[in-house]
Amino acid sequence: MTAHVLLIEDEPNIAEAIRFILMRDGLRVSTHSGGADAIEVVRQARPDLLILDLMLPGMSGIDILSALRADPMTEKLPVLMLTARGQGRDRAAAERAGVDAFMSKPFSNTEMLASVRALVPR
Amino acid sequence: MPMTALTGSRVRERRLQLGLRQADLARAAGISASYLNLIEHNRRRIGDEVLARLARALTIETGTLAAGAEGALIEDLRAAAAAGGDDQPELDRVEDLVGRFPGWARMLAAQHRRIGSLERTVNALNDRMTHDTHLSEALHEVLSAVSAVRSTAAILAETEDIAPDWRARFHANLHADSERLAVGAEALVAYLDSSDEDDETGLGAPQDEVEGWLAARGWHLPELEAGAGPAALAAEVAGLASAAARSMARDWIARAEADAAALPLMPFRAALAETDDPVRLARRFGTSVLSVFRRMATLPGAQTGLVICDGSGTLVFRKPPEGFVLPRFGAACPLWPLFDALARPMAPVEAMVEPASRTRRRFRTRAFCEPSLPGDFAGPELREAGMLIDPAPPEAAAAPARAVGTSCRICPRTPCPARREPSILIEGT
Repeated sequence: MTAHVLLIEDEPNIAEAIRFILMRDGLRVSTHSGGADAIEVVRQARPDLLILDLMLPGMSGIDILSALRADPMTEKLPVLMLTARGQGRDRAAAERAGVDAFMSKPFSNTEMLASVRALVPR
Repeated sequence: MPMTALTGSRVRERRLQLGLRQADLARAAGISASYLNLIEHNRRRIGDEVLARLARALTIETGTLAAGAEGALIEDLRAAAAAGGDDQPELDRVEDLVGRFPGWARMLAAQHRRIGSLERTVNALNDRMTHDTHLSEALHEVLSAVSAVRSTAAILAETEDIAPDWRARFHANLHADSERLAVGAEALVAYLDSSDEDDETGLGAPQDEVEGWLAARGWHLPELEAGAGPAALAAEVAGLASAAARSMARDWIARAEADAAALPLMPFRAALAETDDPVRLARRFGTSVLSVFRRMATLPGAQTGLVICDGSGTLVFRKPPEGFVLPRFGAACPLWPLFDALARPMAPVEAMVEPASRTRRRFRTRAFCEPSLPGDFAGPELREAGMLIDPAPPEAAAAPARAVGTSCRICPRTPCPARREPSILIEGT
């Protein structure tokens, strides 16, 4: 079965590029751009990996992550968080909230693929 | 008579000035030469009687011998020693140092003060780098565009069999992102170029200094509750770098003291547990609504933010609540409920607002303006308005909220009917 990656990122062009790279690697990718309803979207999509932007409109990535970790259904979901360089304090908070890995923008496509492959069960 | 060990050094200094030998002075003062020698090297305290005789023999006032201007200098040197870290100087000989090498001692003290002021500048610069919203918003914009460009360009370069429609889309994205990048980079350069000019009004501004001090104190001054009064804070106020900041801090302390007297901590907390209506609280304690505002925002551990402006709309006090960015310099967003209140004195204004941040958090604001007539009936009428800022309760997430910003220059809202200058964050303005 094809692994399913859910990408929550509000920058449409970044989202499109990531989607393309992952699809070429044989993954099924769906995208979402809002923060406020992100938790509901994750629960319904039940992805194998969540790629989550740190700064989203409506709700921060850290709040979303905390909510997911508190829910038995999603507590073990692998989460790769996208951050911008220089968000050191936010990274520390994300680590406390239980993130699995980080990817700093601007990332290279090779780095992105490597991180995703490491986190997706195949 | 208060006497420090320095008295001996001054005796010696004065004797040498007069060209007297130790034996001559000792004889004139009726003491032994060896005892005088011990006195001059600060190894013996001098009794009042002997001091008076020495002063007479040296034709100098007793007080001049005993006291001297070194007291303050010694205090400065002690402070320098306390900040000295591992290399602890000989504290017990500080008076000896001042007595024997007054020039070196003064220089040490001056350098200690200079280090203090440089440290404050470094902290302010640091703080500015971390919290400057102009800079971080502009950088975020550039980083986002760079990320999209990097990923998209790599796809186009590395994917040989890319479908034509995908290729067209990525080309279009690349074009849009490079435009965005150009605008963002320009905004960044423009900001960095002009930020030198802000130094006068921004970095070292006395108001920043006072607010920085209050923030470090948690905005609450327990000294004023216990009745210790402003005197207990005098030393801290004296530590502020500029005279303007010291004067502003004293004004704030005087107000806070009056607020603490009108709204004593325990009864006010008890009343606050019953109601957080500032007008009702003001009526119950027989004080002004703005004093209730100040008190609510500066109780120990209070999360509530507070801004106060004068009749010109200039923010004269800023206690930022978490997640609500206040302008560091320049004027605030004209859509703040604070200014509704300013235009209608004594009329309470309550409004839910949503600042222009990516998190779209909402805040409950309550604003009130009080006029005053310090010049009596002849005027002028002065106005002061305050606005309490609290995180909105969760049930308000869906309620209508007024879209506000921080300050036009760094506000991304467009279109905005109240905009007075273009934002560095909006393309093409």
